[in-house]
Amino acid sequence: MKSLLKFITCGSVDDGKSTLIGHMLYDAKLLFVDQEQALKTDSKVGNRGGEIDYSLLLDGLIAEREQGITIDVAYRYFTTEKRSFIVADTPGHEEYTRNMAVGASFADLAVILVDASQGILLQTRRHARICALMGIRYFVFALNKMDLIHYNREKYARLEKDIRKLAVELDLVNVKIIPVSATEGDNVTQHSSNMIWYRGETLLEYLEGVNIFDNDESGFIMPIQRVCRPDHTYRGFEGQVENGFISVGDELTVLPSGEKANVKSIFHTDKAVNSIFAGMPVTIQLDREIDVSRGCVFVKGTELYVSSMFTALILWMDDEKLVEGKSFLLKLATQKMPATVMRVKYKVDVNTGEHVPVRNLYKNEIAVCDIALSRKAVFDEFSSHRTMGEFIMMDRLTNMTSACGVIEHPLRRSDNLTWQQTEIDRTIRSAKMNQRPMTLWFTGLSGAGKSALASVIEKTLSMRGNFTMLLDGDNVRMGLNKNLGFEEGDRIENIRRVAEVSKLMNDAGLIVLASFISPFRSDRRNAAEIIGKENFVEIYVSTPLEECEKRDVKGLYKKAREGRIPNFTGINSPYESPENPDIIINTSKCTLDEATEYVMKELEKYLYVE
Amino acid sequence: MINKLNHLDILEAESIYIMREVVSECEKPVMLYSIGKDSSVMLHLALKAFYPEKPPFPFLHVNTTWKFKEMIEFRDRRTKELGIEMIEYINETGVEQGINPFDHGAAYTDIMKTQALRQALDKYGFTVAFGGGRRDEEKSRAKERIFSFRNTSQAWEPKNQRPEMWKCFNAEIKKGESIRVFPISNWTETDIWQYIKRENIPIVPLYFAARRPVVERDGNLIMVDDDRMRLNPGEEAQIKMVRFRTLGCYPLSGGVESNATTIDEVIEETLSAAESERASRVIDKDGGSASMEKRKREGYF
Repeated sequence: MKSLLKFITCGSVDDGKSTLIGHMLYDAKLLFVDQEQALKTDSKVGNRGGEIDYSLLLDGLIAEREQGITIDVAYRYFTTEKRSFIVADTPGHEEYTRNMAVGASFADLAVILVDASQGILLQTRRHARICALMGIRYFVFALNKMDLIHYNREKYARLEKDIRKLAVELDLVNVKIIPVSATEGDNVTQHSSNMIWYRGETLLEYLEGVNIFDNDESGFIMPIQRVCRPDHTYRGFEGQVENGFISVGDELTVLPSGEKANVKSIFHTDKAVNSIFAGMPVTIQLDREIDVSRGCVFVKGTELYVSSMFTALILWMDDEKLVEGKSFLLKLATQKMPATVMRVKYKVDVNTGEHVPVRNLYKNEIAVCDIALSRKAVFDEFSSHRTMGEFIMMDRLTNMTSACGVIEHPLRRSDNLTWQQTEIDRTIRSAKMNQRPMTLWFTGLSGAGKSALASVIEKTLSMRGNFTMLLDGDNVRMGLNKNLGFEEGDRIENIRRVAEVSKLMNDAGLIVLASFISPFRSDRRNAAEIIGKENFVEIYVSTPLEECEKRDVKGLYKKAREGRIPNFTGINSPYESPENPDIIINTSKCTLDEATEYVMKELEKYLYVE
Repeated sequence: MINKLNHLDILEAESIYIMREVVSECEKPVMLYSIGKDSSVMLHLALKAFYPEKPPFPFLHVNTTWKFKEMIEFRDRRTKELGIEMIEYINETGVEQGINPFDHGAAYTDIMKTQALRQALDKYGFTVAFGGGRRDEEKSRAKERIFSFRNTSQAWEPKNQRPEMWKCFNAEIKKGESIRVFPISNWTETDIWQYIKRENIPIVPLYFAARRPVVERDGNLIMVDDDRMRLNPGEEAQIKMVRFRTLGCYPLSGGVESNATTIDEVIEETLSAAESERASRVIDKDGGSASMEKRKREGYF
């Protein structure tokens, strides 16, 4: 039986990935007659002026053919005399990077195409970085379009040097460089007569011959997929052996519990066997009843972490940005649980590899994050046990696979500071808004100009970049307080509720402007206590009664004088003016603009943020 | 001790892993069963994946009423032998309207297959359906994920597929949405035949050459399986040694002349075949190379 090599082709758009694979299949006589015929027919209307367009063999989606680009990863299967291959042809556009990553997660080897006429591009670096992140350890850099640089050996040598530099930067160990022309077929399956100076293998020769050595991971590992209970006499644990081997009679440890039991029987699919090794789908029966369910992991001769926090390198793939503190469903081996991104430590600049401190992450960005799980889980560093160190994060609303990642190291209890720090409170919220939350309490007679003034001041604050909320008698009495009348008890309750709401909004980080007649000192004192005296700014709009009655905007004074409104402040109910207001403004002696300017100036010392 | 799985073992392990993940994570799975060789392999894998338990889901056959007689016989025999739950679904409205492959062309496939499947999934409330699609069959299939999502109108959105990483399959769906899961995505036709041989999996005898009554239509050999087959004036069925590379509705399945009567002979022919297997499937040719993607977007398997 032949061995199987899974590889991907990647690189920037138009570097000729699909063409390369298409040409390889064509040259190696791996096409069926009808496929070859369809290719010739399709090429006639294509971009190559009647010449065969090999990329059409792979770009299978309607949109791809229309736009002449690759959108999603395509899998092709071929067998030569020496080896079986599965190749994932991946898209080069940055927009479709996540589809490229899908291909990379599946491959043992990456063929990265570089357009020799352009050299190493940002996408080349991005793809090489993602391949390394996903665990690929074998790289072929195919320097394509050698025909466009006239098969020039010196130019090739310069590019080769650049690639060696990149390999060192990314810590790539197994790197092969081959000069090719995908359209012309140089060094694809046949040695090129145009580049006699290149004495190495052709691409196909290399792929046929390269030995992929498996990771030397330690011990036996099997995550439980499912419990098999056909009847009460049998209880078996289904899963795939991820590493190592065991035999009947061996002692296993179950994680996370740490309980131990011996292997009583093993089925490899439907056959009873004595021992099993990596890659096998098996069902294991234990010699005693212990608590084992999906998500648990059988281990022998190795250790895994049982913990709830780790630091990971992730690739963000969602169109929506990642915000610190966001919660996801995380899947790791056969475990699934809610998890939170506590902190984005830094983003990795795909071009320079630089660590850039950020708080948000956008599509196709790579970053190191601290992640907290909702419960303890079994995991390991990706570098120690791949399957126990790779995970995906799913959006809890859209179910989108928003990110994939690999675990760098666990975070111990003592490292839990990040969790405490990021508990979201008033300080964090207001810091995000870059303001001091407070309540500006406007008090004064009806018609004194409180609402007009509060409204203009809100606009002014908003223009300064503050986040505000205006509360006044009308919008509160119509909703929250619509069950309250004007009796003394209701009046006190009205102000109490307004104060509580103001406090909540301050907690949310907002600056609240509350505009209420609030004629009694006791009510205002009560409000100040609820809101917190340090956040309570009392603004007394001191326009005298005569002026207010003269204005009588709503015609209320007239009605009150006629005895049609009982308990009307200033007429048949007292107004207790503030003893020590923070700001006093009499609107009868100035214009609204002047009043605003004065109040804003007075507010300056309260609004100041360090 | 050198322990290496071979090519077929690796494919088998991948398929079994996928089936177990679906059964563990999803609410109401069903396995689509078309009676063909890929379905036979899928059924075999399901038996192995959950052994000693029976497959913990039912099987669904969407019957167009135009299947080869031998296929239906084979289905009923296997169901009985294995003691599995087999649901047959027929679009009765289509039958009443007399929808048939001769008069209705593409509409026939849509009504009796695509719509029928949608009706069946709705009727039983299945949220996940295993299908036997393989990526080597056709170019748009080569682009499809193993877990392929269908929106509330059961359509595929090829431009917006969820990323699928390593073996971490995302099986989360909202109410009304469903998933098609293709556990044998990475198998080729050759792999299927070699596995059938290795595992000694029973398949419908139509895959082996035998003397059968056929007529030639547009280069395809169509079997006269019953008296519903419409013959052109002067046309007569001829007896030829014929076998089928794919099975479906008999008026739409083109046979090839062959003397391959054993599995080894079939494998040899497959390995040296000049044409891909879909070339013998008449329906794929309607509408050019993109016709498969169009049908899939509408919910065809």
